[in-house]
Amino acid sequence: MYGTRLRALSIATLITLTGGFALAAFYAPEDADQGFMQKILYVHVPLAIVALCGFVFAAVCAIQHLRTGESRWDLRSYVAIHMSLIFGAAVLITGSIWARASWGHWWVWDEPTLVSFLIVFLLYATYQPLRFSIEDRDKQGRYASVFAITAGAFVPLNFLAVRMAQSYTHPRVFATANGGLEPRMKVAFYVCLLGMALLYATLWKYEMTSKNTSAQIKRLRRRLAGDEGALPRRSASPTLEST
Amino acid sequence: MRNVVNGVLRRDLRIDTRTPQVVPGMALFSISAFVVFHFALQQRSVSGNLAAGVLWVTLLLAAVLGIARQFVADREEGGFEGFLLAPVDRTALLVAKATSLFLFLIALEIVAVPAFLIMLLGPSPQEFWRLLLALALADLGIAFVGTLVGALAVQSRARDLLVPLLALPLLIPLLIGAVKISAPVFGGPVAAARWPWVLALYDLVFGLVAYAVFDFLLED
Repeated sequence: MYGTRLRALSIATLITLTGGFALAAFYAPEDADQGFMQKILYVHVPLAIVALCGFVFAAVCAIQHLRTGESRWDLRSYVAIHMSLIFGAAVLITGSIWARASWGHWWVWDEPTLVSFLIVFLLYATYQPLRFSIEDRDKQGRYASVFAITAGAFVPLNFLAVRMAQSYTHPRVFATANGGLEPRMKVAFYVCLLGMALLYATLWKYEMTSKNTSAQIKRLRRRLAGDEGALPRRSASPTLEST
Repeated sequence: MRNVVNGVLRRDLRIDTRTPQVVPGMALFSISAFVVFHFALQQRSVSGNLAAGVLWVTLLLAAVLGIARQFVADREEGGFEGFLLAPVDRTALLVAKATSLFLFLIALEIVAVPAFLIMLLGPSPQEFWRLLLALALADLGIAFVGTLVGALAVQSRARDLLVPLLALPLLIPLLIGAVKISAPVFGGPVAAARWPWVLALYDLVFGLVAYAVFDFLLED
């Protein structure tokens, strides 16, 4: 049995995320400078934080995979990076919309967080091509884990370097987000952050369940058909050992 | 361990002196890149931040060429199998490969930097030690990251595609630091004094990461 707590998790996500967006829309006051457009903060920033945490989670799973050699850790790392990449694309799109609305350009180079995020996204975008081009399953998993660990170490270094490279600090909503954000805004923000984290967890669990189930189906089919049903297909996603 | 490192290193250097491939390739590429920059930028000479950028982009792309070739002979001629059969520490291969890449990069820069000064640089360089510092720190970082990336990509079928895709994002922090440190040499603004430390931190982190994970790239 896979995906036992999936329904509860989905409902919790739905409630928290809807509640968070409702709080952001109606409860939190409008920003004096940016008006309604500032509401994108409640989508963009939680997405970014959750995506980065997902990359770190993937690196931790990859370390576990290299230590234990169990392919389920590889699967966890793979799914985490996959989800973080999807969230990352959403971060770049929402960030771009925000930049257009507040600074008049679709892309601004003096917003270090967004630029760092792009670099991290570009690096992780190589993860799947790397997996796909290594045919040996065992090797694929090990190499992917090495990549996930290296990239995980790269993330904080990259943020440090890009932030330091800015010659001046752009006036940023972020800077106030931690310090002087209005209490009502803060409440809405944290609820949205929690909702986004739950969304990530739900989607992660969904994909894990799907992968586990299809692996089980494959095992059963192989048992039915004998060895003929066991034609392995070349793919980027990890396979679980047939136990 | 030292004997093994010496042996592998000497073998790599001998291969490249007998059938020169990597270093001449990188050096030729860098000079072609300067010519390309001359025409693309439509300028007879460059200075300041632009000069630092042109030099470092060229060095970085040339280094990517070297990274892609690093493990090819080992894979095709059975060097990996031979190494794995020998009862030696696997980290030795990392150290030897990183050292040989470091030496190749120095050889590249001995050609590329004077060529850049003659062909493209407008103002005469000042405070040359800054460039040397940047080169030393950057070469160390490229050596670690490059060895890791080269070993990662060599087993895949899309090797030539993956090496630049993996190496360039990973080397961006290093590029930022190197440009910041060396810009004053070409008449650019002097950056904060902490940049050499950032590069040193980068070298340290990737040195440790490479040391920690390299063994897993060799298991078979």
